[in-house]
Amino acid sequence: MTNFWHPHRIVMAAIAIAIILACALLLRWDWLPKYLPLIGQGIWRTLWLLAVTATLGFLIAIPLGLAQAAGPWYLAAPARIFCTVIRGTPLLLQLWLLYYGLGSLFPQFPAIRESDLWPYLRQAWPYAVVALTLSFAGYEGEVMRGAFKGVPGGQLEAARAMGMPRTTILRRIWLPLAIQRALPTLGGETVLQLKATPLVATITVVDIYAVASRVRQDTFIVYEPLLLLAVVYMVITGLIVLAFRWLENRIPSRVA
Amino acid sequence: MKKLTLTLAALALGTAAYAEPVKVGIASEPYPPFAAPDAAGNWTGWEVDMINAVCAAAEMDCVITPVAWDGIIPSLTSGQVDAIMASMSITADRMQTIDFSNKYYNTPTVIIAAKGAGIAPNAEGLAGKILGVQVSTIHQDYAQTHFSGAQIKLYQTQDEANQDLVAGRIDATQADSIALDAFLKSDAGACCEMMGAVPDDQAILGQGVGVGLRKGDTALAEKFNAGIAKVIADGTYDTISAPYFDSSIYGG
Amino acid sequence: MWEALITAFPTLSLLAWSPPGWGANLMRGLANSIQIALGAYAVGLIIGTAGAFGKLHGGPVTRDLLAVYTTVVRAVPELVLILILYFAVTDLVNQAMVAFGYARIQISGVAAGIAVLGVVQGAYATEVIRGAILAVPAGQLEAARAMGMPPMRTAWRITLPLMLSNAIPGLANLWLIATKDTALLAIVGFAELTLQTRQAASSTKAFLTFFLAAGALYLLITLVSTLIFAIIERWARRGQRPST
Repeated sequence: MTNFWHPHRIVMAAIAIAIILACALLLRWDWLPKYLPLIGQGIWRTLWLLAVTATLGFLIAIPLGLAQAAGPWYLAAPARIFCTVIRGTPLLLQLWLLYYGLGSLFPQFPAIRESDLWPYLRQAWPYAVVALTLSFAGYEGEVMRGAFKGVPGGQLEAARAMGMPRTTILRRIWLPLAIQRALPTLGGETVLQLKATPLVATITVVDIYAVASRVRQDTFIVYEPLLLLAVVYMVITGLIVLAFRWLENRIPSRVA
Repeated sequence: MKKLTLTLAALALGTAAYAEPVKVGIASEPYPPFAAPDAAGNWTGWEVDMINAVCAAAEMDCVITPVAWDGIIPSLTSGQVDAIMASMSITADRMQTIDFSNKYYNTPTVIIAAKGAGIAPNAEGLAGKILGVQVSTIHQDYAQTHFSGAQIKLYQTQDEANQDLVAGRIDATQADSIALDAFLKSDAGACCEMMGAVPDDQAILGQGVGVGLRKGDTALAEKFNAGIAKVIADGTYDTISAPYFDSSIYGG
Repeated sequence: MWEALITAFPTLSLLAWSPPGWGANLMRGLANSIQIALGAYAVGLIIGTAGAFGKLHGGPVTRDLLAVYTTVVRAVPELVLILILYFAVTDLVNQAMVAFGYARIQISGVAAGIAVLGVVQGAYATEVIRGAILAVPAGQLEAARAMGMPPMRTAWRITLPLMLSNAIPGLANLWLIATKDTALLAIVGFAELTLQTRQAASSTKAFLTFFLAAGALYLLITLVSTLIFAIIERWARRGQRPST
């Protein structure tokens, strides 16, 4: 830490503080108190979406990766096609396909319209959760494929030699080792997932991005809400990076 | 790209004589019958005809430039377009940021809902319902002021709100009578019917639709005003309107 | 066969080339998307190469500024960056033009899109190229130096070819990201493939048909690009021993 403060860094930090002060003093922030509750809700919804879709997506990614790494062809092929399609098309398009395409078909069937699911299908967030989850599963499934394949064969052979049943090998040896290998990329993928969440604003889910748009549209103030937005996302990214660094340190590093 | 090169060339030569065409911003989202792209990729509709007529009358060289509605005012203030003709109502709020020409049309604000829903177009009728409105419109402002009992859902375009009304995701939507009339007459609009006009509130609903201009751009404002006046006086306004509307939409 | 398909799914006829079909519109959008992706990718590569050399050989200030650039761009959603750059940059350029007594210039949607996505791509490309240069075995460079090769020729004959094979997987990934990120320009109203699809879909109400068609087009770009990059990688790795 001591050799961080080189003279040029002190100058740069001073310039950065000056810019921040200039932004705080010269730009318009008078709208902030009025929208504070909305901003809080928006941040909460963004974090909620991120946590739920990343967790669900990761749970789907495990079988996707396993099927591609070791599954029979009738499981490997669909998993591979799923990952290719998800990774090969823009998320915005997938989101609109689900919400406007599929969503506009549902009400044509009275059975769906009268079912208990309808109050949920009517809202926008289930579509957002499904689209983001599938997207995360698609990208992470590819990572997990590599991770499963990268687990040293000796470890599995040793387990087999000791007479461990297949499911136990998977649960006790293969999966933990694969997750450990995937962990460094998992942090990066989670940041990418965070950066994908603002797209849900286009299907009327009110996340922090949508709140900022609302401020822009209500007040015609252009840059300030966008700057706030950039800061919010940078802070969340910083927290994600720190959380994963902590997690990686807790798990003993790879044994050769 | 070619235009950029040309502009840069003109700048490099230091000539200001190069006559810039006027970039007229319209919303890039379809808003029939005012402006919508057809299958050939051209923009058509009443407002597009109106832009051409007004520009011709004022002897301006206009280029129609589609911009996202969400960013249309920043596009004007940052100079990406020079004027907005996108069914934008003249309101006190917007006047703080931009200027307006005189109005070129004015229509009532109405509410539509599913057939037989029987939602009265007022605060009592909408209490507890989900009302869809387009974001940063007079309708959003009006709904948030007068329909506090309703759950208000914001859409980037009126078209999306209409789709969600068809899909049953909202109970009603509020917008300009012409746009909603056109929707009700379309195939998709068969689900729904007119519930009537909302109680008037001049302060929010404004004084009609005008051309949005950068603050202090009086030269362009005068040109547009002259163009609009001429189009109305020489009967072009009625000729343009005839294929679209049964009666004049200029309003009082 | 085709007729049978059309009778089964009447909305397929909406994809026809000439009006009332919207096929030509979709293709125009596709052409726009590819044009922007190519432009942004080129800008990104230039920024990335300069950035990588700056990070490796630049002074302390250059290095720190580049670190700020890559960190910020990789932490903030592309959508937010696009909005900030799209409005702020055009605004600043025009204010500068007006201040210096020139007329406002029109920054076309294509140019703005290329600039914005190029800046985003540049941050990722910087990291990819930097990593690839670092992965060049030091022994090779030492050998070149020992043989008395001048630095420029070392860069051209040794570093570049060896670095290229390391960088290609990452650069291929970036190209795929570039093609998909063009969809974000739909939000600022630029008529690329996703927005064209959206307009066609909401005008005809045939949502599934158009979104699926656009999805197929994007997928096609991905698959063709993957193929091309595989060929390029094989070329770049010529003469290398296959890894075990």
